[in-house]
Amino acid sequence: MAATKTAIDLSAAMVTQAVPLADWLLVAPILLTMAGGALTIILRKKSAAQPWIAISVISLVLLSNIALLNHVLSNGVVTMVMGSWLPPFGIAFTADALGALLALTASVATLCVAIFAMNSIAANERRYGFYPFLLMLLCGVTGSFLTGDIFNLYVWFEVLLISSFGLQVLGNEKTQIDGAVKYAVLNLIATTLFLAATGLLYGLVGTLNMADIATKVKAFDNSGPVLGLATLYFLAFGMKAAAFPVNFWLPASYHTPRLVVTAIFAGLLTKVGVYALLRVMILLMPEGRDWLASLIGVVAIATMLTGAFGALAQTDIRRTMAYLVIAGIGAMLSGIAVGNQVAISGTIFYSMHSVLIMTALYLLVAFMYQMSGTFSLREIGGLYIRTPLGAGIALILLLAVAGLPPFSGFWAKLLLVAGALEADRGWVAFGILASGLLTTIAVGRIWIFAFWRGGNENTVDGIQALPIAGSADASDVSASIWLPLIVLTALIVVIGVLPEGVMSISEYGAKTLIDPTVYIGSVFGGAQ
Amino acid sequence: METLFAVLVGVLFGGATYLLLSRKLVRILLGIAILGNAVNLLIFTAGRLTRDVPPIIPVNSYLPVEATANPLPQALVLTAIVISFSFLTFFLVLGYRAYQELGTDDILEMRVAEPKEHHEPPLGY
Repeated sequence: MAATKTAIDLSAAMVTQAVPLADWLLVAPILLTMAGGALTIILRKKSAAQPWIAISVISLVLLSNIALLNHVLSNGVVTMVMGSWLPPFGIAFTADALGALLALTASVATLCVAIFAMNSIAANERRYGFYPFLLMLLCGVTGSFLTGDIFNLYVWFEVLLISSFGLQVLGNEKTQIDGAVKYAVLNLIATTLFLAATGLLYGLVGTLNMADIATKVKAFDNSGPVLGLATLYFLAFGMKAAAFPVNFWLPASYHTPRLVVTAIFAGLLTKVGVYALLRVMILLMPEGRDWLASLIGVVAIATMLTGAFGALAQTDIRRTMAYLVIAGIGAMLSGIAVGNQVAISGTIFYSMHSVLIMTALYLLVAFMYQMSGTFSLREIGGLYIRTPLGAGIALILLLAVAGLPPFSGFWAKLLLVAGALEADRGWVAFGILASGLLTTIAVGRIWIFAFWRGGNENTVDGIQALPIAGSADASDVSASIWLPLIVLTALIVVIGVLPEGVMSISEYGAKTLIDPTVYIGSVFGGAQ
Repeated sequence: METLFAVLVGVLFGGATYLLLSRKLVRILLGIAILGNAVNLLIFTAGRLTRDVPPIIPVNSYLPVEATANPLPQALVLTAIVISFSFLTFFLVLGYRAYQELGTDDILEMRVAEPKEHHEPPLGY
C-alpha cells in the first residue's frame, strides 16, 4: 500500500515546493481579523480591553497590507492557493494593485473607526459585540478584495453582510430595526442574485477561478449567455453599490445605526460593490461591458444626479451624507461605463478616495453632533467660534468630497473626465462635472450654516447664539475623536498635494484589469 | 431531466418574486426563503445532472472510469444552504422584533426611520 502511495506524482495536481514567506501576506489580514474577532468574542465581557485588542489587531492588518501592496508593486500580481491544490482546483487568493490598494485603504479606515469608537460606543454596546463585528466586517471586506475565486467572493460578501447586520442593529432602537429591515432584505436579495449569476456562469464555463473564467469567456463563440450574465451581475452589484434605481435602501437606513458604524458602512460596503463590478465587467467579461456601456453610462449619470439633488434636498446632515455616498458611486460607475485605461484608473483612485472621505465625513458628523446636539441644518450653527480646528477640518473634508483641488477627490475626477473625453463620451464628462457643481453647493451650504452662522436659522448676522443645552465644549472632545479625524484629513490633503503615488498604483491596477495576461499568468504560470 | 429542473427553478423564482413584492413582512421572508432554494436548485442543475454514478474513484486507478456526477455543485449548494439558513434565522428574529417594536408587519407603515414631517432645508442665509 505504501508503495502505491509514493508512485503517485503529486506535482501534476499540487504545489510541491513550500509557499514563499512573502505570499503569506495574502492571507495574513484574514487570519488576523478572524483570530481577533474570535478573541474579542471570548473576552466579550471585558469591555475595557476590547478596543485595545481590536486596535492592535487592525494595526497589524494595516502593516501586513502595506507590506502586501509593496510586494505587489515590486513583484507583480501575487497568487496563493489554498491547500496547495493547483488552480483552478484550489481556491486561489490573488492580489493585484487594485485589490491590494483597496485592502490597505480599508484597513486605514477601519483603524480610524476603531479608535473613534473608543469613546462613542457605550460599554454595554461593546458587550453586544461592536468590536467582533467590526473585525469580521474588515475580514469580509479584505477577503473580497483579495480573493481570486468568484464563489469565494460570494462567501466573503456574506461574511461582511452578516457582520454589517449585527452592527446595524447595535443599540436596538425602533429606527434601527426599521432601517435594518430595509437594508437587510435588499442587500440579501442582491447577494442572492449574485449567487444565481455565479451558478449560471459555472454552468457556462465550468470553473470558478477568475483567471480561468477570463480565459474561457474569451474563447466563447456564442456571446448571448455572456451578455445576459453580465447584465445579471450588473444588477446584483449595482444593488450592493447603491446605483440608481436600486439605491433607495441606502438613505433609508444609513442614518439609523451609530454614526461610527455608518462611517465604516459608507466607507467600505458600497465600494465592495464597485470593486466586484470592476472585476466582473473589466476582467471577466469585457465583452459584456462593451455591450452594456451606454446603459452603465446612463445609470452612472442618474446615480450622480440623484445623489447630488438628494443631498441638496435634505435637512438632516446624516441623510445629506448618505446621498453624497450615492453621488460618489455614480462617479465610480462612470469610469466603468467609459472603460478605457484612464477612466478605469480614475475609478480605482476614486474608490480609494471615497473610502477615506466618506468615513471621515461621517466621523465629522458625529463630531458636529457632539458639539451642537443636533443634526438639523435649520438648528445647527455657531461651530466656527466654538471649534476653529474642527471648522478647518470640516472645510477640507467638505471641499474634498465635492472634488475641488488640492484634495484627493480632484485627481480622481480629473482622471474620470479625461478618460471620458478621450473615449469621445462628452456626456459622461458633463455628468461628472454637473454633479460636482451641485455637490459643491450642497456641502458649501452645510459649512456656511453649521460653522459660519452664529446660531440656528433665526440668528441675526453677527450675533453668536448660545449653544444648545447638552452639547459639548471643544475642550471636552477627547483625543480619540480628534486623532482619526486629523489622520484622515491629513491623508486626504497629502494625497491631493502628492497624487503621483496613488495615481501610478491606480494606473497599474487598471492595466492589469484591462489586459489580464499578467493576472492569468500569475495564477497559472507562477504556481506551476 | 435538466429541462424539468429548469422549469422548476423558473416556477420557484416566479413564486419568490411574487412574495417579495408583497406588503407583509412575513410573506417577504417566505419569498427570501424560496428565492434561496431556487438559487440552490439552479446551481445544482447548472452543474449538469448525472444519476446513479457517485463521484468515487475505484481502488487502484487514478481517474473515474466513466462520467460521474459532478461533486462541485453539491459543495457549492451545501455552502449556500448553510449561509441562507443562517440569514433566514436572523431575518425571522428581525421580523419578529420589528413586529414587536413597530407594531406592524406592513412595510408601507414602517416609516419610523423616515423624517417625521417634511422640513425643507434653509434656503437663505
